[in-house]
Amino acid sequence: MQEGGSVERPVHPSADVYLRVGAVLVILTVLEIGVFYVPAFRPVLVPVLLVLSAAKFTLVVMFYMHLKADSRFFTFLFGVPLLLAVGVMVALLFLFLGALTLKGAAGAG
Amino acid sequence: MTHAAVTHHTSMGLDNRKMAFWAFIGSECLLFTSLISTYLVYKGKSVVGPYPPEILNIPFTSVSTFDLLMSSLMMVLALAAVQRGDMKWGKIWLFSTALLGLVFLGGQVLEFTEFVHKGLTISTNLFGCTFFVLTGTHGAHVAVGVLWLLTLWVRALQGKLGPANAMTVEITGLYWHFVDVVWIVIFTVVYLIQ
Repeated sequence: MQEGGSVERPVHPSADVYLRVGAVLVILTVLEIGVFYVPAFRPVLVPVLLVLSAAKFTLVVMFYMHLKADSRFFTFLFGVPLLLAVGVMVALLFLFLGALTLKGAAGAG
Repeated sequence: MTHAAVTHHTSMGLDNRKMAFWAFIGSECLLFTSLISTYLVYKGKSVVGPYPPEILNIPFTSVSTFDLLMSSLMMVLALAAVQRGDMKWGKIWLFSTALLGLVFLGGQVLEFTEFVHKGLTISTNLFGCTFFVLTGTHGAHVAVGVLWLLTLWVRALQGKLGPANAMTVEITGLYWHFVDVVWIVIFTVVYLIQ
């Protein structure tokens, strides 16, 4: 049976692609945990973990949620609130951390 | 009845349920980002313990993270099976996804119980408050996802789920994968970056 005649049907990846993406996700998670426990990575721990986490996030969204092959409009519906949310988070962090820094500077002065 | 009779699509040629669901996921991004932001803003500002490094169990949470990642893999395998009409494997993968979701929830219950026994409750300090609200909200989403998956599995057992309803499985998958990506962020921000 076919779904609605004019409804756009993206070509989804095969089970083989899903398994490969799953393997990459497992490797990235092992790397994350490994980096956490290796003292040599302490100075760059935060950026490395953020990059690994972003890679996992992107893989799941692109392949498992099919945004890579699906309509660009879905990317828009997801991407705009995501950018807004990240912007609000960065602004909040600057607001609070910035306020602390200024307070500290005023106290020192 | 063909699926075409019950599918409502927009003038853009897109399924309106899927479009609405992506808009919902967009709004969920804002919800979770506000909770994560609150956690980060109050991070390191607790005046009494227990503090995160004293209480967070990384090996245990790593297993929970693997569990949720594997559940996402099983969800896409379930979708692929339903789309090709292989309902035997569709049922197996759907049930496996729900089962792994239940394992994750069990792990979270164990973790919360251990924290309470160690003196960390939602009212102990700023860490406890923001941690329980963030991870508890995520856990509630996982619980809804498990119920949704089990409902689909029962419908599949009754013979009411087939390739014609693949979109229903795909939308369930979107929700489940979103819950997974939120956990990917929480695991990094809360557990690994202490």
